[in-house]
Parts: sequence; C-alpha cells; structure tokens
Amino acid sequence: MKILIVDDFSTMRRIIKNLLRDLGFTNTDEADDGNTALPMLRSGKYDFLVTDWNMPGMSGLDLLKEVRADENLKTLPVLMVTAEAKRDQIVAAAQAGVNGYVVKPFTAAVLKEKIEKIFERIQ
Amino acid sequence: MSESDKNQQGLDPEITDKLRSQAAELVEQVNAGEYGRAMTLINELSEVRDQSLYREVGRLTRSLHEAIRNFQIDPRNAEQSEALSKMTDASDRLEYVVQMTGKAANRTMDLVEEAMPRASAIRDEAAELRDEWQRLRRREMAPAEFRELYARIDTFFVSLNTDASAMYENLSEILLAQDFQDLTGQVIQKVTTLVKEVEEHLLSLVVMASHVDQMTGTVHELEEKEKVSAEQGVGPQIKAEEREDVVSGQDDVDDLLSSLGF
Repeated sequence: MKILIVDDFSTMRRIIKNLLRDLGFTNTDEADDGNTALPMLRSGKYDFLVTDWNMPGMSGLDLLKEVRADENLKTLPVLMVTAEAKRDQIVAAAQAGVNGYVVKPFTAAVLKEKIEKIFERIQ
Repeated sequence: MSESDKNQQGLDPEITDKLRSQAAELVEQVNAGEYGRAMTLINELSEVRDQSLYREVGRLTRSLHEAIRNFQIDPRNAEQSEALSKMTDASDRLEYVVQMTGKAANRTMDLVEEAMPRASAIRDEAAELRDEWQRLRRREMAPAEFRELYARIDTFFVSLNTDASAMYENLSEILLAQDFQDLTGQVIQKVTTLVKEVEEHLLSLVVMASHVDQMTGTVHELEEKEKVSAEQGVGPQIKAEEREDVVSGQDDVDDLLSSLGF
C-alpha cells in the first residue's frame, strides 16, 4: 500500500505521516502542492491519496478533479483532510468524487475510521 | 492649518449655508424676471462649488500624503525607501510567526518521536516480565529460568530508570518549546494594531472622497462584488458555531454527506 500525502505545510504532512505509520502504513511519499503531486501520481503507482484543499499552486479540489479525469487514476481512492468547513465546499468535494472528508483539527481515531471505511468500500 | 477632518461627515456648513441663501436669491430673481441677475447668481454659485471642490480635493490629497507618510510607503522619499514600509514590516512579522510556529511544532514532534519508542519499549518489556512473573507465582518456573528472570528484572529496572529520566527531559523540553506563543502573540498584536490603523485611515479617506463626489455630482456605479464560489478555499473558520453555512465538526460533516447519499 503506497500512499501520497499532499499538503503545503510540512508540519501537517509530518503529522499525517506519523498517524499513518501508527496505523501500519509505512510506505508513504509527500508532495507540497497539487502541481507537484499530479506527476507523482501519474508515474508512481499509488494506492491512496490524502490531500489538503488550500494550496497555492493547484488546490486539492482541482487535484481531485484531475485525478478523476485521468483514465489511469480515476479509481484512486482520495481522502481530503482540510480546514475548509463550509457546507457548499463539502458538497462540492463530494460531487467531484472524493471518497472521504476529514475536517481539521482531527483526531487519530477519526483518520483511522475514515481510511478503514474507504478501504471497506473498495473491497 | 489642519482641521479635524475625521469627524466631519457632511459638507462644510459654511458652504451649505451659502448654497441655501444663493439658491433662495436665485429663485427670487427668476420669479421677478431679473434674468441677467439670475445668470450672475448662477455664475457665483458655480464659483462657490469650484472653490469648495478644490478645498475638498486638497483635504483628500493631504490625508493621502499623511497616510503614506504614516505608513512609510512613499517611494519618492529616500529615507523611507531604505527603511521598510509598515505594511512590508507587518508582512515580514507574520512570516516570522509562520516560521516560529513551524519550528516549535517540528521541535515538539522531534521530542515526541524520541520519547515514543522508549515508552513502548517499557510497555512491551513490562508486559513480558509480568507474564514471566505470573509463571513464577504459579510455581511453573525452573530454577534456571528463575535466574534468567532475576537478571532480566534487574536490567529492566536500570533501563526503566534511564528511559523515564530521558522521557522526563523530553517532556520538559516540550514545555519549553511552547515559548513561541508569547513572541508570536506579541507580533500578531502589533500587526492587528496596524490593520486597525489602516482601516481608520481608509474610512476617513472615503468620507472625504464622498464630499468630492457630492461637489461634482458624481454617482459611482460599482460592479457587483464577485460571489465566492464553493471551489475557492477560504481557510479555517473561527466562528463556526455562529454560522449556518459552516459545519462545526467531523460529526456534522458525516451527517451532511450521508444525508446527501454519499
């Protein structure tokens, strides 16, 4: 299981990486923006994407749309972990095809639950 | 020469009085058929308007100059262009806050990552020792095994001592790493003060500009503000409980999504 973590703040990437490691996911990579993440996804054979929304270059929502529009990536499970909490946004993300939505600040338990739920649905 | 512009919402009473009396006289003259006199009056009215216009524009530009000087952003002033403008200074300060909080977060995480393996090692070893101890208590242990356990317990006490001390150190350092909050708090307060100052200046400038508009009879048609689309990020919400269009936690998010069938 190879996971890509995307967030423009390195402290958040570190936190998520640690939480994933505690859950047993040790094979993780990081990117600091949608723009750097997309080529990695296209060439990297990732099984799961965890992304923030607000990023300076390409936002998480735009990244999600690019992923869903790509023949080879459209089935990639995507979890959004973000401070964006407006109802309109949550709906927009769901309509764009996100598999899970976690708002910051979040707990380890919530992250675990959402990840497990996503994998349940796939299997 | 400086007048208290800030508190003056309406036009100068001097001007409005003059307008009123001249307008009254104009009506009189027109009604009396004194058209020559009426035209002269119209010229005089026009002059009053022009003079007040120049005065209002002068006030406006002077306030702008004062603001530029106050915020130290005059590009023509050699001294100022060397020093930072207050805005640039404020941006730098906020960047400093981002750096400091980032460093503190990483330092804290470093210390935690050091301590966690020690804690889980203690936990695991204690669990195993407990099992052995239970066996001993049930008299299920051979003497050779007991000697092993004896030594192992001894080793455990030594490493427990070392690890607990190290973790205590880490916890103290974590406490110290929180010292950023005082510094960043001070910096942010300074920037808040600056922002309020800018707002005040802008407001007084707007009042003066409205006087100019009144003088010239200008009506501005401002474009409707662009609506914020759902796709634009707006950052963390700080008053979620008070707003209806914002969720207040993960449970709300889950409810919203399941109510939509996701």
